[in-house]
Amino acid sequence: MASAHARIPRHSSARAMLRATGLFGLAFVIFAAVLLAAGKDPIRAYRDILSSTLVDRYGFSEVLVKMIPLMLTALAVAIPSRIWLINIGGEGQLYMGALFATWAATYFAALPAWELLPLVAALGFLGGGLWAAISGVMRAYGWVSETISTLLLNYVAILIVSFFVFGPWKDPESANYPQTAEFVAAARLPTFFGTRVHLGLLIALVAFIVYHVVLTRTRWGLEIRAMGGNMEAARRSGIAIGRYVLVLMFIGGGLAGLAGVGEVSAIQGRLRPSLSPGYGYTGFLISWIAGGNPYGIVASALLMAVITAGGDVLQMAHRLPGSVVNILMALMLFVVLARRRVP
Amino acid sequence: MSVPFVESVLLGAILSGMPVLYAALGEVIVERAGVVNLGLEGVMLMGAVTSFASTVRTGSAALGVLAGATAGGLFNLILALLVVTRQANQLASGLALMFFGAGVSALLGAPYIGSRIAGLNPLQIPGLAHLPYLGPLFRSDILAYLAIPAAALVWWGLFRTRWGLSLRAVGENPAAAYAAGYSPPAIQYQALFLAGLFGGIAGADLSIGIVKTWAEWMTAGRGFIAVALVIFSRWHPLRIVWGAVLFGGAVALQLQFQARGAPVSPFLLDTLPYLLSLGVLLVWAGGRRHAAPASLGRVFEGTK
Repeated sequence: MASAHARIPRHSSARAMLRATGLFGLAFVIFAAVLLAAGKDPIRAYRDILSSTLVDRYGFSEVLVKMIPLMLTALAVAIPSRIWLINIGGEGQLYMGALFATWAATYFAALPAWELLPLVAALGFLGGGLWAAISGVMRAYGWVSETISTLLLNYVAILIVSFFVFGPWKDPESANYPQTAEFVAAARLPTFFGTRVHLGLLIALVAFIVYHVVLTRTRWGLEIRAMGGNMEAARRSGIAIGRYVLVLMFIGGGLAGLAGVGEVSAIQGRLRPSLSPGYGYTGFLISWIAGGNPYGIVASALLMAVITAGGDVLQMAHRLPGSVVNILMALMLFVVLARRRVP
Repeated sequence: MSVPFVESVLLGAILSGMPVLYAALGEVIVERAGVVNLGLEGVMLMGAVTSFASTVRTGSAALGVLAGATAGGLFNLILALLVVTRQANQLASGLALMFFGAGVSALLGAPYIGSRIAGLNPLQIPGLAHLPYLGPLFRSDILAYLAIPAAALVWWGLFRTRWGLSLRAVGENPAAAYAAGYSPPAIQYQALFLAGLFGGIAGADLSIGIVKTWAEWMTAGRGFIAVALVIFSRWHPLRIVWGAVLFGGAVALQLQFQARGAPVSPFLLDTLPYLLSLGVLLVWAGGRRHAAPASLGRVFEGTK
């Protein structure tokens, strides 16, 4: 299988930004044509998206809310991709993280918040991490490619969550809605400024800093970069590759699990079967666009979050199906994918 | 087991197995040519919406199937443009194609939400349609009858023709195929177009054969299940039939269990196709020859 980041263009980041702006501009123009063809005014649509997401205070807070899981699931892809592992399992890892977090929030509900919250987050990390580590083990022993196993395990994870939510964990109070009972207040991640922006934003940013520092300043980072540069040379110089495969998959999965923690503990306040509108897959695409670059991931996640939030605007103000923004998202990816390579 | 129970499980298995069977038959063609199409979900959605809209407009379900297949084939050429001509990453391109198909089909399908059609009519085979137990097999629509012949056709095309040999050569070693005088890009384009036809038919089967309505995201993950079935089958079209039967049977059994209040969780039953696929890969991991095409997912850069 080809690597997720086999072709990272090597040129200055300023030029890369300029190029990306031009490419995305092209995508916006094509989408404007699509809107025109659908009988809508593209300029008004873009103005409405902009004024209700980036300019409006509440709108921007909602963009940040959507950025949190996108950044974490993108990191879940970017970290293993440093040693050419392809993790398409962010979606499943997110669900497993949410499942473990819900178990912790329910089972230890009597604990005070300062003990319960770290426990919920840690178990969420563990859930996502272990789920990804299954694929890591199978890859480390050379049994099954992690690309295939992470993809297959996505469905299994989502179905396991459905099993618990429809079955043993179903809230008896909610007659028809498949959902667990609401989390106790101590298990809810704190939110800021009266919006839905939650502690997950800080966690995601800290994760980026740690990722950057570990990669550039530590022995681990050096070995990871060595493996990323030349796997065979790294193997011969005595780096335990299997262990890195396992650890990087675990950490990546854990971060996707934290995305799940944020969704259940801060946004929903309970576990529901429709936890994520495909954050794991969008995260994969974000990491791919950014070539695993931390700044690029934050910028791309912001862009994707604006587009996702824009879908609600198009639906409500312009009476278009909400998933029409998927066209814009796909067009952006198409232009990036089809771009002329810079040597 | 009572006759109605067996009959309803069988009927359910046919209904839920057919679309994934068609989609997986297309996917096995492209994967044998070295391309993974994770955008199958989008291709199916395009096939579903196009065939439904055409059926509403023309009143002919046959034209609907034709339109759906064509739309799927053309839609897959976008992927060909990206991964063959522009040599883009296949996994990212496939996922992007999925999102594109979801968006475009939602836009095209919006006017048709709530429309009603007669759809594909069941064709009764005289004398067999009322057999006990097996009756439902002979009261299906035309696409259900053609499914197994289609699998045989794909097998024949891949393993018994010169074209199939060249296609598999491209999937294993494009440089060698090139040296032997074949054009890997041309063959991958052909494979993607063909696979798109199958994906479009799969979508048509869903929207005008089974459900007879249009709804956004109506494929609900069947495209990914088809990708899983290809893995389960170890890239062999005839084994895909067993995979589809297994998958359809699991869904049908679960519906029956649910209707009868049996204490088996439908969700845990649903995990079976995925876990079995993984299990098959694990069991075969020790074998000398891995069944996946050797150049699956790689970019052929030509001979520079």
